[in-house]
Amino acid sequence: MAEVLVLVDHVDGEVKKVTTELLTAARRVGEPSAVWIGDGAEAAQARLAEFGAVKVYAASAELNDYVVAPKAELLAHLAREKSAAAVLVSATPENKEVAGRAAVKLGSGVLTDVVDLTADLVAEHSVFGGAVVTHARVRTGVPVVAVRPNSVPAEPAPAQAEVEQVSVELSAAATAARVVERVVQEKGARPELTEAAIVVSGGRGVGSDDFTVVENLADALGAAVGASRAAVDSGWYPNQFQVGQTGKTVSPNLYVALGISGAIQHRAGMQTSKNIVAVNKDPEAPIFELADFGVVGDLHTVAPQLTEEINKRR
Amino acid sequence: MNIVVLVKQVPDTATERKLSSDDNTLDRAASDGVINELDEYAIEEALLLKEKHGGEVTILTMGPDQATDSIRKALSMGADKAVHLVDDALHGSDALQTAYALSKALGTLEFDLVVLGSESTDARTGIVGAALAEYLGLPQLTLAGKVDVDGQAIRIQRATDYGHDVVEAQLPAVVSVVEKINEPRYPSFKLIMQAKKKPVAKLSAADAGIDTALVGLGNAATETVDFAPAPPRAAGTVIKDEGDGGVKAADFLAEKKFV
Ligand SMILES: Cc1cc2nc3c(=O)[nH]c(=O)nc-3n(C[C@H](O)[C@H](O)[C@H](O)COP(=O)(O)OP(=O)(O)OC[C@H]3O[C@@H](n4cnc5c(N)ncnc54)[C@H](O)[C@@H]3O)c2cc1C
Ligand SMILES: Cc1cc2nc3c(=O)[nH]c(=O)nc-3n(C[C@H](O)[C@H](O)[C@H](O)COP(=O)(O)OP(=O)(O)OC[C@H]3O[C@@H](n4cnc5c(N)ncnc54)[C@H](O)[C@@H]3O)c2cc1C
Repeated sequence: MAEVLVLVDHVDGEVKKVTTELLTAARRVGEPSAVWIGDGAEAAQARLAEFGAVKVYAASAELNDYVVAPKAELLAHLAREKSAAAVLVSATPENKEVAGRAAVKLGSGVLTDVVDLTADLVAEHSVFGGAVVTHARVRTGVPVVAVRPNSVPAEPAPAQAEVEQVSVELSAAATAARVVERVVQEKGARPELTEAAIVVSGGRGVGSDDFTVVENLADALGAAVGASRAAVDSGWYPNQFQVGQTGKTVSPNLYVALGISGAIQHRAGMQTSKNIVAVNKDPEAPIFELADFGVVGDLHTVAPQLTEEINKRR
Repeated sequence: MNIVVLVKQVPDTATERKLSSDDNTLDRAASDGVINELDEYAIEEALLLKEKHGGEVTILTMGPDQATDSIRKALSMGADKAVHLVDDALHGSDALQTAYALSKALGTLEFDLVVLGSESTDARTGIVGAALAEYLGLPQLTLAGKVDVDGQAIRIQRATDYGHDVVEAQLPAVVSVVEKINEPRYPSFKLIMQAKKKPVAKLSAADAGIDTALVGLGNAATETVDFAPAPPRAAGTVIKDEGDGGVKAADFLAEKKFV
C-alpha cells in the first residue's frame, strides 16, 4: 500500500488532536507515515501508532529555525523518495503555507481547508462562509491537502510504528528568513481555539471588556473562548481569539454564540460547527437561522444560569 | 525603497457569492467587486514604509478588466502607479498558478519588497505569499503583524498559534500582512482626483513572459469537480427566555451529551 505522509503537529512533544484526525483520514488513502520535526519522536511513537502510523520520519529541530521553507523541502523530499500517494497537513495558517511551497516543489496541486477526504482523494470544501459545498481533486502530481481541524473524527487503529531519522539538505533560499525569537503569549489553561471540541464566543452583546460571563461558561464546558470582530475591535478581547472570515476558522462539536448577530463574515469562521447554540435578545438575529438551540433573552441572565446548571449537573 | 503591493479584486462578502456552473469558477458577474480587505492593510503598510524610507509604491493586480475599479481605489489611497496583469489565458488559474503568474509579472518590475494580504476573502487559501516566495527564491516573511526595515535588513513579527515569532531577512523579500498590523486610511478627495491620472500599465501574459501552457483552468493542477448549495441545517428550536432559558439550554446540552 502506498505511503501517505502526515505532518505531525505537536507542542512540547505532545501530539495534537488534529494529527490523530489526519492519520485517520490518511488510512482511507493508504498507509500513514508520520513526519515529525523536532525532538521527541521516540516518545510520541506509541501515540502515532495508535492511530495507524507505520513509520515515523523524524527530522531535526533545526528546521524550525527558519520560516516554512525547510518544512516544505522536507515534505517534498520525502514525498519523492517514498513515492507517497498524498501529503496531509492541518489547515493552520503556517501549515497551509508549508503545503503551498511543498506543492510548488513537487509540481503538484494543493487543496486547502478541506473538510472531508475520500479514498480517491476527492476533497470536500465548505466555501463562501459555509453557503456552498464544493468537491475538488488534484490532477497533477502528489496531492498536497490541508485538512481543517475537527473535520474528520479521529478513530484509533493500532499499528506498529518504526522511527527513522531523516535529513534534508537545506537550500540557501530555505534559510533566508531566520526566526530570531519566539514570543509565547500566556494562554492559560483553556484549550486552543482551533482545536477545541467546544467553543464559547462573545460578541458586542457582552457589552464591555468584562468577558467573565463568556469565560465562566467556557470553563464549565471545558471550552475555548472566542470573540466576534465587534468585540475584538472594541478592545474587549485579544485579536487572536477572533472567529470569522478574517479571524480563525473553527469547526467544533459545539459552538455557543453569546450576543453575536451572526453576520456572514462571522459565519465564515464557525458555520461548519456540528452543534450551534445561540443566546441573543433579538429574535430576528440571523444567528438563530443556524442555531440548533436558541434562547431569545439577555445573555447576562441566560449564560450565568446555564453555567450554574452545568456545574450543578456535573 | 520600491514596494509592489499585490491587490486582488474579490466579490463583496456582503453580497451572495456564486460559482459559475459553466466551469465551476467564481461567478464575477453575480457580485460587486471590491478590494480584498487584507490588501488594504497591505497598501497601508507599503504607504507607511514609503513615508519613512522614500521610494515608490506600485499596485499589481491579476484579474479581468473590471479589476480596474479596485486598482483605482488602491491608487486613491496613495499608491503611485499600477500594473494590471490581464489575459484570458489566466482565467481559472488556481492558487499556485496565480503565484507563478504574479512572480513573472514581478520579474518585469524593480522592487525591494513585495507586500500582500495573508488571505483573500473569496478563495481563502492563504498560500499565494508562500508560493510566491518559493517561485521568486526570496525570503518569506508572511503573516506579519509588524514590519521594520533598516537599510537592507528587514524584521517582522510573524503571527503564530502561541503568540509570534520575530523573523529577520535581507531585502528583497515577500511580506504578507495580518489585520492587526495597521488601520488603513480613507482616500481623500484630492487623492481620488489624482488617482484618475495615475498610470496603469496593462500587461498581457506574453508581456510578462508567462508560459500560457502553465496557467488557466485547463492547465491547473487542481480541479473543482462539482459544487452545490450547502444542505440547509435542520431547523433548530428557538425559545424565549421566561426565566429558565439557561436551564432549558442545559437540557439541550445534556440531551446532546455535552453535559
Ligand atoms: C471584510 C470583513 C471581514 C470581517 N471579518 C469578521 C470576522 O472575522 N469575524 C467577525 O465576527 N466579524 C467579521 N466582520 C464583521 C461582521 O460583519 C460583523 O460586523 C460582526 O461579526 C458583528 O459582531 P457581533 O455579532 O458581535 O456584533 P453585532 O452585529 O452588533 O451584534 C450584537 C448582537 O448582540 C445582541 N445583543 C446585544 N445585547 C445583548 C444582550 N444583553 N443579551 C443578548 N444579546 C444581546 C444584539 O441583538 C445583536 O444581535 C467582518 C466584516 C468585514 C466587512
Ligand atoms: C471558493 C474557491 C476555493 C478555491 N480553492 C482552491 C484550492 O483549494 N486550491 C487552489 O490551488 N486554488 C483554489 N482556488 C483558486 C484560487 O483562489 C485562485 O487561484 C486565487 O487567484 C488565488 O488564491 P487565493 O485568493 O486563495 O489567495 P490567498 O493566498 O488567500 O491570497 C493572499 C494574497 O495574495 C494576493 N493575491 C491573490 N490573488 C491575487 C491576484 N489575482 N492578483 C493580485 N494579488 C493577488 C493578495 O494580496 C491576497 O491578499 C479556489 C477558488 C475559489 C473561488
